[in-house]
Amino acid sequence: MTGYNPQLDANGKLQHLLTIEGLPREIVLHILDTAHSFLSVGEREIKKVPLLRGKAIFNLFFEASTRTRTTFEIAAKRLSADVINLNVGTSSQSKGETLLDTVANLSAMHADMFVVRHSQSGAAHLIARHVAPYIHVINAGDGRHAHPTQGLLDMFTIRHYKKEFTTLRVAIVGDVLHSRVARSQIHALTTLGVPEVRVIGPRTLLPSNVAELGVHVYHDMAAGLRDVDVVIMLRLQNERMNGALLPSAQEFFKYYGLTPEKLGNAKPDAIVMHPGPMNRGIEIESSVADGRQSVILPQVTFGIAVRMAVMSILAGNA
Amino acid sequence: MKIQIRGGRVVDPGSGLDRVQDIFVAAGKVTGLGGAPSGFHANRVIEAAGLIVCPGLVDLSARLREPGYEYKATLESEMAAAVAGGVTSLVCPPDTEPPLDEPGLVEMLKHRARSLNQAHVYPLGALTQGLKGERITEMAELLDAGCIAFSQADAPLIDNQVLLRAMQYASTFGYPVWLRPRDASLGRDGVAHDGQVATRLGLAPIPAIAETVALSTILLLVRETGAKVHLCRLSTADGVDMVRQAKSLGINVTCDVSANQVHLSEMDIGYFDSNCHLVPPLRSLRDREAVRRGVQDGTVDAICSDHTPVDEDAKQLPFGESEAGATGLELLLALTLKWAAEAKIPLPAALAKVTSGPAKILDIGAGALSPGVNADLCVFDPQARWKVEPAALKSQGKNTPFAGYDMLGKVRFTLVQGQVVYEG
Amino acid sequence: MSSLPDAEDLLARLADRMRASVTPDTALVGIHTGGVWLAHRLHKALALSQPLGTIDVSFYRDDYGSRGLHQKVRPSNIPFEVVDADIVLVDDVLYTGRTIRAAMNELFDYGRPKSIRLAALIDRGGRQLPISAQFVGAEIAVARDEQIELRKNEKDQLSLAVSPVGAA
Repeated sequence: MTGYNPQLDANGKLQHLLTIEGLPREIVLHILDTAHSFLSVGEREIKKVPLLRGKAIFNLFFEASTRTRTTFEIAAKRLSADVINLNVGTSSQSKGETLLDTVANLSAMHADMFVVRHSQSGAAHLIARHVAPYIHVINAGDGRHAHPTQGLLDMFTIRHYKKEFTTLRVAIVGDVLHSRVARSQIHALTTLGVPEVRVIGPRTLLPSNVAELGVHVYHDMAAGLRDVDVVIMLRLQNERMNGALLPSAQEFFKYYGLTPEKLGNAKPDAIVMHPGPMNRGIEIESSVADGRQSVILPQVTFGIAVRMAVMSILAGNA
Repeated sequence: MKIQIRGGRVVDPGSGLDRVQDIFVAAGKVTGLGGAPSGFHANRVIEAAGLIVCPGLVDLSARLREPGYEYKATLESEMAAAVAGGVTSLVCPPDTEPPLDEPGLVEMLKHRARSLNQAHVYPLGALTQGLKGERITEMAELLDAGCIAFSQADAPLIDNQVLLRAMQYASTFGYPVWLRPRDASLGRDGVAHDGQVATRLGLAPIPAIAETVALSTILLLVRETGAKVHLCRLSTADGVDMVRQAKSLGINVTCDVSANQVHLSEMDIGYFDSNCHLVPPLRSLRDREAVRRGVQDGTVDAICSDHTPVDEDAKQLPFGESEAGATGLELLLALTLKWAAEAKIPLPAALAKVTSGPAKILDIGAGALSPGVNADLCVFDPQARWKVEPAALKSQGKNTPFAGYDMLGKVRFTLVQGQVVYEG
Repeated sequence: MSSLPDAEDLLARLADRMRASVTPDTALVGIHTGGVWLAHRLHKALALSQPLGTIDVSFYRDDYGSRGLHQKVRPSNIPFEVVDADIVLVDDVLYTGRTIRAAMNELFDYGRPKSIRLAALIDRGGRQLPISAQFVGAEIAVARDEQIELRKNEKDQLSLAVSPVGAA
């Protein structure tokens, strides 16, 4: 099993996008550079290019998500692809059809690409292992493991505002333990040479081995944000209060919510990011979310361009 | 049937015997070692030059999947797998469907197994009814039906009050209790060891303390009740240390580890290989090293296969949803030899871990090769190279983390009660 | 093989040929990469007032299916109103005509121009589509197994070079 990379074909070209971990730096940069060109497509009247005309992209969302699915759908349509949306969670899965059977049935319908979101870590890898060689798989989020397109669009955002990765301090704040977005961001930041990546949160919300991912751990947000160039806030889910991980949203906000005061510890030109959707007043105060340092809305636009880049690179790699 | 096994290297770890000589079998027993008993005329001569002749392997955990899980495996396939692996005695856990908490079920299982004329099957009875951890089972009845000890299988450590009383009850009669140290709540939703791999792959973690917290409870209750306890499937460095310490303090416990834990670690999960989804989970390299050292220094009394056939559908799922377990009866010998070669352990000491060691825990007269004992033998070629091919396994479970591994050591003949039940 | 003409000379010749046919409102659009270099120089030489456009046709190529996405894609930038514009596409080498077809398709996704003409420094023949250039620097025959390309040195001076196809 070791030694081979399931995302790359025999020639080292990207066959699937499953996780940023193990992606060569050149491929990450290629995606970001290509996304840059797709941004300009989004700025003109006709936001389409004919690249993926005739290709069928199936959105296989075993875990519901309107936002992410919509972004992928827009990206695919701007590439002139045909998009089929399947909220599988409500149909065949509940009828007891196995994950792989669902995928096999859909492959028989001449799919060219699957965009997969699933509540279990490793689901995208499993699907990629079993699809026909001409089908590409994009992981739109699997359990706690990875959300590579989010990680890439976050890098695109950082590069857009900060230009250079190798001089930055980046802080990721909140529930890293349960966050596939955080894991993808950490891999991307280290791959791109960001010298200091920090995670900030209570011990209950940080994985016990998180330092081995190459990050500095902080429990005190003021110290963690000091002199930081990029602040990434993670969403806190309600369930965390049930698992004895946190006492209340209020206490979380007090210690780890991003307020103008806490943001003041970072550099004056620091940018504030959030993968969305935001819980205003829980992880981030509205004045910051809507403030001049926030780049949360541009992240969404960048997300479409990045996904167009990923799809067009994959579909072009035979 | 009178059988002469000629010219093999006879290794009996229990007695220290290690000599090239003949073995003579008649009426189901070993009747002679070295020179033929007077008047012995062999019906069959097995040429064993260059081969090792040792007691048939005693496997402390092999799931046969009957009753209840016949779609995963049946007695026919799994008993065939056992003798193909040189296993002549095996213990099966009580987590069948329904669990082995009724004498009738145990009798049926023993009867079925006996009728196949292959390995001896020693069922573990459920410690509590339905394995639910609430009411104790009729242990005396179950023992009469053929159970050799009582266990909760992989069900987590139940209500301590119930556990205490179950151990007290069992110790009244001297019934052994086999327990897998697993806390009921720590890491209860976990699927992988709480280490760097689970962190990177986003797999729900099972911390080492899930084992050690339970282990410390068990050891204290052993001291309290005097119950005879065997600890199943240790996996952590700290756990092995705790047992080592307990033994040095004179606490009467034994323990085993699965062959999977001897060789693999969390690193083998790779890209979510569900064949590495095991219970207990594959732990860190440091834990694996401690397990190996524990086997070497005697803290760990036995290596078992923890044979658990799983149907392909249940493995071809995302890691966390897949069913845990690995097939292993046919690999126990080769894996033990592999460990011995890597750790530079002499053959008799290595074989002890799968013959005399487990036999002593079971307190059955197996795992030995002196005249008068049952002729349960394993004859294997220590030089034979083979590759693990799941499709070629006799077990219905093809789920092995060792697929594609090169092995050294293959069973050529297995005898149970003097009958050749496998020829490879 | 006869020696190649000087690119700077050809550029001057091309500008001369275009001068009478363009107005200050003519919009130049250079095709990456050589076409963009030329368009910059022509824009200055012809004193055009419309801002210069650049396009990268990677997203409109007809060989995506066989060769995949080009390794280096640059953003296209059309800073003027395409609707009703008189556009002159600028490319360094006109060969099969496929790049021009892609460029026109891309331009039409910006709007409906009034007219599109083509200025090419070199026309090497070998058309596979019904495309022609209204302004040409020179016609040069190039063998099928060779390619001709425009190069720019650190002093921004242009030159032509011929090399075997597939050479780095």
